[in-house]
Formats: sequence, C-alpha cells, structure tokens
Amino acid sequence: MSDIIDLTLVELVSKIKEKKISSKEIISAYVERCEKSKKLNTFITTDFENALIKANEFDKNPNYEKKLPGIPLAVKDLFCTKNLRTTAGSKILSNFIPTYESTVTENLWNEGSILLGKLNCDEFAMGSSNETSFYGKVQSPVGKNLVPGGSSGGSASALAGRLTPATIGTDTGGSIRQPASFTGTVGLKPTYGSCSRYGIVAFASSLDQAGPMTNDVKDCALLFEVMSSYDKKDSTSVNFKRSNYLKNLNSSIKGKKIGIPKEYRVNDMPKIIEDLWQKGINIIKDAGAKIVDISLPNTKYALPAYYIVAPAEASSNLARYDGVKYGFRSKGTNLIDMYEKTRSEGFGNEVKRRIMIGTYVLSSGYYDAYYLKAQKVRKLIKNDFDEVYKKVDAILTPSTPSSAFAIGEKTDDPVSMYLNDIFTVPINLAGLPAISIPSGHDPKGHPLGLQIIGKAFDEQNIFNIAYFMEQQINFKSKIKDWWI
Amino acid sequence: MDIVSKDNSEYLIIRKNNKYEVVIGLEVHAQVLSESKLFSSSSTKFGAEPNTQVSLVDSAFPGMLPVINEFCIKQAIKTGIGLNAKINKKSIFDRKNYFYPDLPQGYQISQYKNPIVGEGSVFLDLPSGEKKVGIERLHLEQDAGKSIHDVDPQNTLVDLNRSGVALMEIVSKPDLRSLEEVNAYIKKIRSIMRYLETCDGNMQEGSLRADVNVSVRKKGEKKLGTRCEIKNVNSIKFMQMAIDYEANRQVDVLEEGGKIDQETRLFDTKKNETRSMRSKEDAHDYRYFPDPDLLPLELTDDFINNLKNNIPELPDEKKKRFIEKFKLSAYEANILVSDIETSKYFEEVIKNSDVKISTNWITGELFALLNEKNLEITESPISAKHLSKLINLIKDGTISGKIAKSVFEIMAEGDKDPQKIIEEKGLKQESDPKELEKIVDKVVNENQDKVKEYKSGKEKLFGFFVGQIMKVSGGKANPQLVNKILKEKLK
Amino acid sequence: MGIDLKTVKHISKLSRISLDDKKAKKLEADLNSIFSFIEKLNELNTENIEPLTSIAETTLQLRKDEIKIKNIRDQILKNSPEKNKDFFVVPKVVD
Repeated sequence: MSDIIDLTLVELVSKIKEKKISSKEIISAYVERCEKSKKLNTFITTDFENALIKANEFDKNPNYEKKLPGIPLAVKDLFCTKNLRTTAGSKILSNFIPTYESTVTENLWNEGSILLGKLNCDEFAMGSSNETSFYGKVQSPVGKNLVPGGSSGGSASALAGRLTPATIGTDTGGSIRQPASFTGTVGLKPTYGSCSRYGIVAFASSLDQAGPMTNDVKDCALLFEVMSSYDKKDSTSVNFKRSNYLKNLNSSIKGKKIGIPKEYRVNDMPKIIEDLWQKGINIIKDAGAKIVDISLPNTKYALPAYYIVAPAEASSNLARYDGVKYGFRSKGTNLIDMYEKTRSEGFGNEVKRRIMIGTYVLSSGYYDAYYLKAQKVRKLIKNDFDEVYKKVDAILTPSTPSSAFAIGEKTDDPVSMYLNDIFTVPINLAGLPAISIPSGHDPKGHPLGLQIIGKAFDEQNIFNIAYFMEQQINFKSKIKDWWI
Repeated sequence: MDIVSKDNSEYLIIRKNNKYEVVIGLEVHAQVLSESKLFSSSSTKFGAEPNTQVSLVDSAFPGMLPVINEFCIKQAIKTGIGLNAKINKKSIFDRKNYFYPDLPQGYQISQYKNPIVGEGSVFLDLPSGEKKVGIERLHLEQDAGKSIHDVDPQNTLVDLNRSGVALMEIVSKPDLRSLEEVNAYIKKIRSIMRYLETCDGNMQEGSLRADVNVSVRKKGEKKLGTRCEIKNVNSIKFMQMAIDYEANRQVDVLEEGGKIDQETRLFDTKKNETRSMRSKEDAHDYRYFPDPDLLPLELTDDFINNLKNNIPELPDEKKKRFIEKFKLSAYEANILVSDIETSKYFEEVIKNSDVKISTNWITGELFALLNEKNLEITESPISAKHLSKLINLIKDGTISGKIAKSVFEIMAEGDKDPQKIIEEKGLKQESDPKELEKIVDKVVNENQDKVKEYKSGKEKLFGFFVGQIMKVSGGKANPQLVNKILKEKLK
Repeated sequence: MGIDLKTVKHISKLSRISLDDKKAKKLEADLNSIFSFIEKLNELNTENIEPLTSIAETTLQLRKDEIKIKNIRDQILKNSPEKNKDFFVVPKVVD
C-alpha cells in the first residue's frame, strides 16, 4: 500500500475512477502516514475518524462523476470548516468552531473530496517560515530544523512529506509560492478574484488569495479548477469564464514571448539563484519561445508598499478578535482591560507587530504619507505590469532570493525575514496570477523554485508554460523521510 | 439667562453689552427603510427578540464579507434627489475603526471622503418666510448594535439586531440660527424622507437621530466660532434643550475670556446639560481607509435618471400646487403638505368635495380631534370618505354648519356614515318653505308684543325671532330660508 | 523618521493591545528598523498618481433587498466566551 502516497492527485483520481483502489484504502494510507509524521508538526487539528467514515460512505455509494471522488485533502487552518476547529494558527481562535464552511473548501467537498485535517500555518498567515504559529514551528520534510517556508508552511510540509495528496493555502505576499519553492512543490497564487475569500480568515483583504499546492502542474490545474468559482458572497469575486484547466493543458510554448525583468536581478543575488534562472531561460529559448528583456521599474518599492498596505488592512481585519463574540478571552477588570489583555495574550509577537505597523500608518497625520502613498505605488506597480504585458505573454523570475533557511535563523530580524518575499510580493500588489515550480536544488540539496507570472485571469497560459518547463526540468524530490 | 427674541430667526444671547449669535449645524442619522441590512440579508424589523436578526456577517465572524444592498443605495440616491443634491457617480466605502462591544467588526463601514450624495439644499417654512438651508453631504453607513448597561449589575449585555442596519447621515451646513429653525429643519428633512418612503422618521424607535454642532459668535462677526458636537440627542425637545444649554455655556466661557475647545460633548438628559467626552476622544483616532472588501460604488446615468424620473411630488411642489390650484393660503398649504399622510387625506376629501370647506374642517375640527386624542392622521377615527360626505351635506344645505359639528362628534366615535347619522337622529335641515312658514307663523303669533316693538324700530329683535325659530325647529331650520320668510312676515 | 516610545504606547492603546515596558522597547526597535526600510518610498514622487482603489477587475456587485437569514441566535452565540442564551456578555462598560 506504500505506493498510494507516491501517486499524484490526477493518478489517484484515475485509479479510483477505474475502481482499482477504494477511497478507504487511500485515506487509510494517508492517515497511517500522518500518524507516523507528527514530528513535522503539520497538523493543528486532525479529522481522521470522520475522514474514514466519509471514505466508507463514498465506497458504499461512489459518484465517479466528481472531479475529486473520495480523495482526501488536508487544508490550511485559515479556511473555516463547519464543525471543525479553525484557529488561523492563533491562540485567540484556539477554541473557535465555525458553524459555516468557506466557499473554497465547500467547492472541494462538493467535488467529492474528504477533509483529513487542518494544517499548521503562521499565525493569521503572517510569516515566511511557519515559526509564528501558536501551535508550534513546522519542520520541513526537506531537512531537520529547516523551515518549510510560510505562511502556508504546514501545507507545504504536509504535501512534500506526502501526508496529503494535494493541499490548499493562501497567498498574501508569497505564502503559497515561497513554501512551495522551499519544499520542491508546485504552488499557484491565482488572479485576485478567482477564488472566493468567503470563509477564509482574513489577513489583508486586497491581497489574500487562496490557491492550490500540489506535486505537479497537472494536479495544480485540476485543483484550481475545483477551487475557483464566482461567489456572490464575496464582493471582490470576479465573474469570468472559468475553463477546464486540466483538459486544456498543453505543453507547446513555441512562439510565446516570455519577459525577463531586469529589476529582479537584485544586487546580492546568490549565484545559485542566478544559475537557476538562466536554466529556466535556456529551456524557454530552446523550445522556440522568445525571451524578451523587460523592465518593471517600480519593483524595488513593492516590498515597502506591501509592508504598509498589508499591515494596515490586517490591523483593521483583526480588530474583530476582541474576546466578545468568539475565541479566547482574558479576564479583565473592565471592558478596556479585557480587550487589552485578550489581544495581548491572544496574539503572538509577529501579529502584534503588524497590527502596530498598520495602526500607525493609518493613524491621524500619517495616512497620506504612508497608506495613500503605498496605494499610489501599487498603482505604479500595476501600471508597470500592464505596460510589459503589451509585449510579453508571461514573465519568468526566481520564486525566492534563497533556498530554505534554518529554523530560528531569521526570527530576530523581521526585515531580513520580510526580504524573503521580494519576488512574490509585487504579484499580489498587482493582483496577478503566478505559479512556482520546483526547478533545482542548491548544493545542500534544498529545493529552489522558478516563478511564472501571467496576465490577469490567464492561469491557463502559465499552467501551459509551467507544464512544459516541468517536463524539461524533470525535478526529482530528494526527501528521505528523515522524521519517520 | 438673558435670551431675547427666540423667534424671527434671531436667537441672540446677551451678556453685558455683547450680543452673541448662535450658529447650528445638524448631522441627522436616518434609518433607511429597507427589508434587509446594508451589507447582509438579515431583517431590519424593529422590536425583535435580542440577537434574533443577526447574521454571521453582522456579528463579524472570521471570513465573513459584506455584500451591498442595492435598494439601500437607491434609497440614499432618492433622498439625495429630494434634498436637491448632487448625486456622486463614484463613491467609496471606508472603514471607521474603533473598539466597542456593539461594533462587532471593530470598525463601522461608512463613507468618508467620497459620499454617495454631495451638496444640496432644503427650504424651511418659517413664520418670517422661507429660508434656504444648505446640505453638505449625505452618506451611507452601518448602524451599531445596542449595549445594555442597566440590566446586569456586573456586565454589559450586547444585542446585535441593529448591527448593520443601513443609515443615511445627512449633514447640514452651519446655516441654522435658532431653535425654531432647527425644529423646522428636522421636520422638513423628515417630511421629505417620508414622502420618498426612504425613512419612516420614527424618533421613538430611533429611526431618526441627530448630532448637533453648535458654535457662537458676536453678532456681526463673519468668522464662525469654534464648534462643539453634541451627541445623543434623540428628540427635538432634547435637541433644543441641549443647544440652549451649550450655546449659553460657550458664551459664558467667552465672556470670562476663555477659549472654546473643539470637542464632542454628550447631552445628559437627566441633568439637562452637556458634558465633555474628551477623556474618550484621546483614544479616538478612527483611522479611516477604503474598505478592501468592497469596490468603489460606480453609478451610471441611467441608474440615477431612472430614480429621478420616479420621484413622487415632494412637499415644496405639492405646496405650490395646492396654492395655485386650490387657492389655499401659504399657511394652509404648509399645514396640509408638511406630513404626507395629511396631504393624502386632504386630497382624498377634496376629490368630491368643496376645497374651502374641506380645508377649514381638516385644519380645524379634524386636527383638534386628532390632537385631543393624540392620534396620527392615519389613525383618524373619521375616514376621508366620510368627512367628504359630511362636507357635501353642508355644502348642499342638507345640514347646517352647527348640526354638522354634532354629526362630526358622533362620527368621531366610530367612523359612521354622516348620512346615516342624520337619518337616524332626524337631523336633516328643514328647507321646505311651507313647513318653515308654519314655524315662523307660530313664533310670530306667540310673540305679538315683540313684533310690535320690532315694527316700532327695535330691529335688533330680529335675532330673537331667529333664535326662537331655530329652537322650535330643533336647530334644523335652514337659516337662509328662515331669514327670508321671517323678513316677509315682519313687514 | 523615528518612532519613539510614547508613539509605541499610543499605538498600543489605539489597537487595544497592552504592552509592558520591555515589550514596548523591543517593539520600538523593531518598528524603527521596519520603518527605515519602508521610508524607501520617499524617493518616489507620487504627486500626480491616482491611488489604487481596488485590485479586483470587476464592478461592485449589488444584492437584492431580501431577508435570507432567519433567527440563528444559537449559532451566533455558540462560540461566545461568556454563556448567555440571549446576549453577548462583556465586563461592564464604565464611562
């Protein structure tokens, strides 16, 4: 049965449709592996018993018309799941049991998928290493004491460690793509408005997008197809024609124009990253696609603008965690005291830091200098992309400026931690889709990813490019189950 | 307190040799008439059990998102049109951030820099004539829930039924100068919204509330004084008391050589005074920013014009029409149009009846009756249909005005058809000349001595004969005919 | 621009997060290092640039005025820290 966990999502779906395997067999295999993998600390809450019950129900009365028939999935603990604790990695939601389901997870269950449990993440998705979770740091399957990246670190770790055949995360500034890059997996940040934000614990509303994290591009196309839907319950959901991404997947990129932005060639870029990028460029060239040198002149302002906009929105989005309606409450001598203690004890340091930044940049006298300025910069960054997309079909960059670092290495220096997102943040600011695909290893054997950025709602195009590159790169995981 | 001439738009406070003018602006919060809330599909109905009209959005559960109610947008635009105001084709919803238990999100969704409605104006009908008052803006925002402090000694209880109900905040320019003007302004705004059916204007249920901005300046000065905002004034009476107290307080400060601080003050209805909320103000920095869960609201010309074309006749137009078409005085027209229900009642009555008599009866007898019984015109015990009948009976001489009053009293007890009352009680006016002649003859015969006196020049006695005749006829004799016949007989 | 301890304490009040002096000092240092990096934006002249109002490429969806949520008080109060069948309960608000 050990081979079940080595199958891709698409392979599992066909095996189950061909009746070569039952849902119960799949789920049992994953549950068994999850039980052996507690050292990774990927799960905050498991739902194995229910999963097995549902697997039995599926096997008794299978519906093979579904896109994910009887397939188990673990999801980031930022998605509200009905009757199953949802914490967002925070103490303040440690006892919160939603009475409702997020639209994205609802879409998964509607296609026959079965929930395995809720995956660890940085608290309120604020972090790049999964070290800010109240439920403990997540270990990377890549190596002991290595961070899996963040904030969807539990998702990346569970996926790379084969504790779930695929998973979903959220990406506000790189939270899907960076951990995907660090763990040698595929992660898509869809176009803003593709996946409903309804029922997802909000971090920064204008940047948050849910997206798939998978073993390969085909799985990614399939999972995105299931997740993405127009949702009237989310005013920022966009009603566009969603296609059959998996069926339309093709690996012909001949004639396509791919942009290489010079501003991503940052000063102290490690040679290994530069080589990786060059490798990607060569693959594209060899396929008969055209490499176009482009400029995105405002790139260097993206990260500072992001660290104004995201904390500002977060400071307001997290105001609802006040100990009144749900979640953790600390006893207070009066109302204000209760508020201040609840929020001081209920939030971790990084969350508090960002709430403070956000409160400051919105406060009287500073709004224009910070928030308004950042929104103007955002406009410039978007204009940069609009301009280059007149000339190219997609853009190729590295996903991260380095490979995974050690646990604890950057926790004392918030700015160096923030710099991790330098290649991913501009894409969120512009609302564009981008995919990270595993493209190589550093000398220590840590995975590295390349990022393909597309035009808005042009996910099919970046899937196609990624699919082609994936075949050429032929990435092989070096994960050796060190934790078992 | 030396306040002189509160009326005639001169509201002055006099100290020593200084005369101070009071400058007032109002921020009216009007609850939008709608079935469901501004950003969620729960009910807005008043008076439900606590927390039974609360959605996951209203109580700010994680991941819940606002979706705007189209009807509330239309209501705001209609009100804007009623206020002769500019409708902004692009407006933005902002978050106003502060912590309070009845504000579940930790912010109120409101409109800050880009409201849906811009500048406009309304006309006030004052005894001294018309006055134009400027409207600064109108914006849409969410109402908060209710904190109940007086039930549990240790705790505050929170009911979120109101949380998320749509409000229109209508901000006036500082154009008001007296308590009468404040009163007239509130009444006019309320009247317009009731005509438009955008707000029921019910102050008891809190559908209409106001914050008041008050400043004072020496008479003749052009520059506005520093203003204070008074919160929590829920009736016109309290509003007037609060303004009076606050204006005098400010004058006292100035007279003692002090300076007014711009601040928010709370009106204490028990002590009848305003007090500073500054201790709280320090913690208030609302950190407004555009709500990232919503997009800017962009309206098309078609959308706005469609609403414009369906605006009903408003009080000012109706008043004009009443004056022109029905030859009413401005005073009468004002009384009849100020409340839409009154104007409806009036128009119903005059459909088949004489305008002049109807106007007198409605503004006279009917209003007195309603006043006495403390009823709204919609609750009138006498229907428009029956009042119209009564008026026709007066007009065609079936009954006299005097009899009509007794019939009216009977009608007031249970909306009876006046025709039936007259028949049952035999109150029909006697207009048969032969019958009347008999009565006249009887009275003349029985009072021969008076006849002599009359004929010898004491003509005042004519009234005595009429009185006697009316008495004999039980008040039913047609007075015009009686006069005519009596004159003949006394020749 | 420097953020001093007084500002840190003011922000902590505004955001209703209590801070002891040690934490406030640490935060002061963190915020200063973060803001020195944010200040990079000052290089850029944005005077005539319109700020972004929304990144979603769509128009605001309008909802019909219909009541769709009935009484779900049990659900609403289910997670509340202080149990009461009718209300949310908080420590007394003092003026």
